Amino acid sequence: MDIFLQQIINGLVQGSIYALVALGYTMVYGIMGLINFAHGEVVMIGTLVTITVAGSLIKAGMPVAVAGLAGLMAAVLVCMALGWALERVAYRPLRNAPRLTPLITAIGMSIVLQNLAMMIWGRNYMTFPSLLPKMDFEFAGANFTLIQIIIVLVSAATMGGLLLLVYRTKLGMAMRATAQNPAVASLMGVNINRVIAAAFVIGSALGAVAGVMVGTYYEIAHYQMGFMLGLKAFTAAVLGGIGNLAGAMLGGILLGIIEALGAGYIGDLTGGFLGSHYQDIFAFVVLIVVLMFKPSGLFGEKTGDRA
Amino acid sequence: MLEVTGLHVAYGGIQAVRSITFHVNEGETVALIGANGAGKTSTLKAISRVLDAVGGDVHFCGEDITRIAPHHIIRKGIALVPEGRGVFPRLTVLENLHMGAYIHNAAVDVEKDLKMVYGYFPRLKEREGQLAGTLSGGEQQMLAIGRALMSRPKMLLLDEPSMGLAPIMVQKIFEVVRAVAADGMTILLIEQNARLALQSSQRGYVMESGEITLNGESAMLLDDPKVRAAYLGE
Repeated sequence: MDIFLQQIINGLVQGSIYALVALGYTMVYGIMGLINFAHGEVVMIGTLVTITVAGSLIKAGMPVAVAGLAGLMAAVLVCMALGWALERVAYRPLRNAPRLTPLITAIGMSIVLQNLAMMIWGRNYMTFPSLLPKMDFEFAGANFTLIQIIIVLVSAATMGGLLLLVYRTKLGMAMRATAQNPAVASLMGVNINRVIAAAFVIGSALGAVAGVMVGTYYEIAHYQMGFMLGLKAFTAAVLGGIGNLAGAMLGGILLGIIEALGAGYIGDLTGGFLGSHYQDIFAFVVLIVVLMFKPSGLFGEKTGDRA
Repeated sequence: MLEVTGLHVAYGGIQAVRSITFHVNEGETVALIGANGAGKTSTLKAISRVLDAVGGDVHFCGEDITRIAPHHIIRKGIALVPEGRGVFPRLTVLENLHMGAYIHNAAVDVEKDLKMVYGYFPRLKEREGQLAGTLSGGEQQMLAIGRALMSRPKMLLLDEPSMGLAPIMVQKIFEVVRAVAADGMTILLIEQNARLALQSSQRGYVMESGEITLNGESAMLLDDPKVRAAYLGE
């Protein structure tokens, strides 16, 4: 029983990171029907920027809390700029191209960003500075850390902020209107280019927050770390119904929990043949099953009402 | 107020509109009638910058608006009610109306405009919190017109407001269109229902395969034997 609860907690933590990253995929897809495969790399760059900024501030003798916050701010700003630049340089010129073209460009941008990161930060694993004190808690036989609590709280707050933005502000209303009918939104005076850029910038900011949390959680980072994280977050977005914000959140958390439970029980299920390092297969089994049986996902709308 | 000169519009290689010239004076309702495919919608799309004009120019209140950015058209005072209504299905009725007021910021004035729209269409007030996609076709048409009015336009472009609606609903919509016109709005009305359009306007233009073939006072066009034969089914 306690391994069950333990894995639910672990899954919730990992899942809230997936959810934040999945929101970046789903926002861009919802507005322009593009799967931005370079989004995982944006997250990776958020992690690496934090290592550089927070790491050097700590070395310079600054308090860890201040250095950590500065690292987070730097990651958010760099990722926002990167998201904006990606849209402007790579995707906007292809706005009217056949659907496959921007998709291939997205994969290309993902490779470009990985190599760029390798050139800047090198090809070795890097240690993420400890930004939070190590504290352990116990609840009903399961253990969890302060870091895990903070990851869940920060994700929840960030997602709450996003929902307020999308459902309570004029920009959010314009974004939803543009997703539903860009031509008519433009007739209402909405500058479509600006709304699309905003989706990229906001999604990238969420990705940066996720990147900092991934680093804090695993304390290790690498220029290729965005690839698998991105694929899993994309799976989460598809599971929830790509284009749907609540779907991305729920899909992320569900995927995290499925993965954690899978990792926890795979040894028992296969009689010790497969170990917990096979946990990655669960995400992709989920992806395949969703695509086979419910390609629109849990909350997916029919794609027909996109103009 | 609106002056269209030598307008050309092409759609994927097909000449949809060939050098048409017409104008709409302030306070006037002008009908543009013609069969399906005559180029009426393409004309409206070119004026509202949904489509690029291939040639010719469009002046509004003396200003050349032929090439301005699409999202600036409404800021010049032109509001299009698109063919097929184009409501945002997953926004509520109220949100759709607020989208119409997107270019305005003063909440007090937007509230006033909302009252004005609800005055024309009390039904929208009842449906305020409902998703627009769940409205009937007629209600969606009301919403599309109400949304256009929320921008406080100088001129309304109406694209086939009667399309797909039951006759009773068409009557209701046109009552409001006439009321809006009587309150001083300048309107360019596109309709396949020629009789209704000519009955609701002061002047009319007849379009045929991308060209304007006839124009004049609406009352006169209603009596024109050619118009009667081709568009009024007599």
